[in-house]
Amino acid sequence: MSVRRLAPEEVQPKSFAWSKELEAKCAFWLAKYPPERKRSAVIPFLWLAQKQEGWVSQKAIEAIADQLGMPDIRVLEVATFYTMFHLAPVGKVHFQVCGTTPCMLRGSGEIIKICKKRIGEHHHVTKDGKFSWEEMECLGSCANAPVVAIHDYYHEDLDADSFNKIIDDLEAGKEVKPGSAIGRQKSAPEGGPTTLLDPKLYDGSLAKKIKIPNLPEKAK
Amino acid sequence: MVGILEDKDRIFLNLYGLQDWGLEGAIKRGAWNGTKDIIDAGRDWIITEGKASGLRGRGGAGFPTALKWSFMPKEVKDRPHYLLINADESEPGTCKDREIMRHDPHLLIEGALIASFAMQAHTAYIYIRGEYVYEREILEAAIKQAYEAKLIGKNNKHGWDFDLYVSHGAGAYICGEETAQIESLEGKKGQPRLKPPFPANAGLYGCPTTVNNVESIAVMPTILRRGAAWFAAIGRPNNTGTKVFSISGHVNKPCNVEEAMSIPFKQLVEDHCGGIRGGWGNLKAVIPGGSSVRMITAEMAETVLMDFDSLSALKSGLGTAAVIIMDKSTDLVAAIARLSYFYKHESCGQCTPCREGTGWMWRVMERMVKGQAEHREIDLLLQVSQQIEGHTICALGDAAAWPIQGLIWNFRHEIEAKIDAYRANKPHVQGASLAAE
Repeated sequence: MSVRRLAPEEVQPKSFAWSKELEAKCAFWLAKYPPERKRSAVIPFLWLAQKQEGWVSQKAIEAIADQLGMPDIRVLEVATFYTMFHLAPVGKVHFQVCGTTPCMLRGSGEIIKICKKRIGEHHHVTKDGKFSWEEMECLGSCANAPVVAIHDYYHEDLDADSFNKIIDDLEAGKEVKPGSAIGRQKSAPEGGPTTLLDPKLYDGSLAKKIKIPNLPEKAK
Repeated sequence: MVGILEDKDRIFLNLYGLQDWGLEGAIKRGAWNGTKDIIDAGRDWIITEGKASGLRGRGGAGFPTALKWSFMPKEVKDRPHYLLINADESEPGTCKDREIMRHDPHLLIEGALIASFAMQAHTAYIYIRGEYVYEREILEAAIKQAYEAKLIGKNNKHGWDFDLYVSHGAGAYICGEETAQIESLEGKKGQPRLKPPFPANAGLYGCPTTVNNVESIAVMPTILRRGAAWFAAIGRPNNTGTKVFSISGHVNKPCNVEEAMSIPFKQLVEDHCGGIRGGWGNLKAVIPGGSSVRMITAEMAETVLMDFDSLSALKSGLGTAAVIIMDKSTDLVAAIARLSYFYKHESCGQCTPCREGTGWMWRVMERMVKGQAEHREIDLLLQVSQQIEGHTICALGDAAAWPIQGLIWNFRHEIEAKIDAYRANKPHVQGASLAAE
C-alpha cells in the first residue's frame, strides 16, 4: 500500500470544468455502462481530468462526484487508491520509469540514476516546470526492458545513452518517437523473428472457406 | 527446425506486428472465418469442444477455461450475464496479452463473441490496465471496425446480439484478481471480494459473470476452427496447446514467442532467445512463471519442461509463462527484495497479514541485501511468509510469500554469505567473530 494524500490547499485550483472536447469523451464513456451504473465511469473520468489538467485536483474530484452521483469520499478513495492518478502537479514531461525486477535485471538502475541526476528526486518538478519522474511498478513490457513511458507511450530497450538522448531531445523541444531504441521489431528477438516465417500464413489461403471439424449432426 | 511448434500450428500470426492489425489483415490471416458455423453449432458444442481441447486458463491459475464457462447459470433469468476479459496484465515478467491486443485484436474480439454466446452474455467488457494506452486505442479502433462490419453489435451477422466495451484501470496490480477487477469496474477501490459467492453467481453488478484472461479468449476461435483434437495433440496430456512465452532478463535476445506447451526450458531459451547471456553455464536462477512463482535453480532448469505439471512438481509454477532469467552476475537477494517492494506497493490493504506482512518482509529483505541481519532471521522470514500464505482473501499474500520462499529454499547460502560478509571485520556486531573465523 502507499499512503497518498491530496496536494496542499495553496496548490489546489479554485474550480474545475470540462473542455468541450472532453465533455464529448465523458459521454462516450458513460454510454458503455448501464444507465444506473454511472459510477463505473469514475476511473475513466478521473483519467480524462488528469489528461486535461495534468493532475487530479480536489475540485476535479468534487465535480466528477457530482456528475456521477457519488459521494465525494467515494471518488477521493478511488483517486488515492490508484497510483496512476497524480494528486499534485507534475512536469510537462513526466517520465514513468519501470523499476521492477525484469527491468532492473536489464539496467533500469542506470535510468533511475540519470533521472536523479538530471531531474532530482522522484516527483520533484524541475524549476522550469518541464520535467518530473517517478518509478513505476512493472509496466508489462518486460521482453523490451528497460522501459520508460513518456506521454503514455512506451520507450523500450533503453540504456543510459539512449535515455540521455531522449532527455536532450525533449529539452531541445524535439519530438521523441516511442518504440524500441535499438530498432527492434516490437518484441521479436533482436535481429529478426525466429518464427512466423512461412509465407503461406499471409497469402490469404487461411481466409478460404473452411469446414469446421467435428460439428454436431443438426448443424451440418 | 527452431523450437517445437511449426508455423502452420501457430495461432497468433501477427505476434510481432509485421502485418496489418486491422480487420482486413485479420480476415486474411483466418480470423472471423467460419464464426457463424461455430455459433450455429450451439453453446453445448462449444463448451464440449473447449473442454476436449484441454485449454487451461492462460492468466496464471491454469483452470480449464471451458469448464469455467459451464459454471454459469444454464438459463438467463432476471439478471443479465456478463463476460469480463482480464487485460490487466501486470504480473512482473508478463507482456504477452499486450502483443495480442495491439497486433491481433480481432482474434480477441471474435473470441469474446464466441465466449459470450457460450455463456449467454450479450455484453462483455475488456478491462485493460491504465498504462496500456496505445493498446487501448488499437482495441477501440478494432472494435469499431467489427461493429461497422456487423460482426458484433445488435442484429449482427452471427445472430447473437453482442456489445463489447473497453474499460480501463489506473495502475493497480491487484485489479488483475477477478473479484478486485469487478469491484474496480463498478467504480470502487480494487479490493478483492470474499468467495463464495463466486462471480458465476454474483459478479459484475451482482450478475453472473465469468472473468477470463485475454489469451484464453483469443485462442478459442482458432481451436474451434481447427478442432479440439488439433489443440490437444500439442504438448502433453493435461498441458495441451500452444502458449505465448515472454522471456526477459539475462538472455541474449529477450522476446515473446508462441511455442508448444511442455517445450523444454533449455530449448526455449537456446532456440528463440539466443541462449543465456555468457552461455548456459552462466545461468544462476529462473523465475519460470511471472514473479509470483518460486524460482528454480540452474540445475532444475536443465531438464524442466515448460508446463503446469512439470513446474509444479518443482514447487514452482507455469503461471503466466513469463520467464525471468538471472545469470551469475545477479544479486538474487536484491532481485527478490525488489519483488517484495512490488508486493508491498501493490497490496490493497484489506487483509492484515498481507498489508502488514508484505511491508515487514520487504524491510527484512532490504536488510538482508546489505547483510545487516542475523542468521536466525532467515528462518523467521520463512516462517512469517508461511503465515501470510493462505491467510488472505486473495492470492496476493501467497504471491508475495512464494518468491521469498523460493529464494530461501534454493539459495539460502546467498543470504548467509551476505550476512557473513557484512560481519567480517566488524567485531562490534554480535556473532561477528564467529562468522569471521
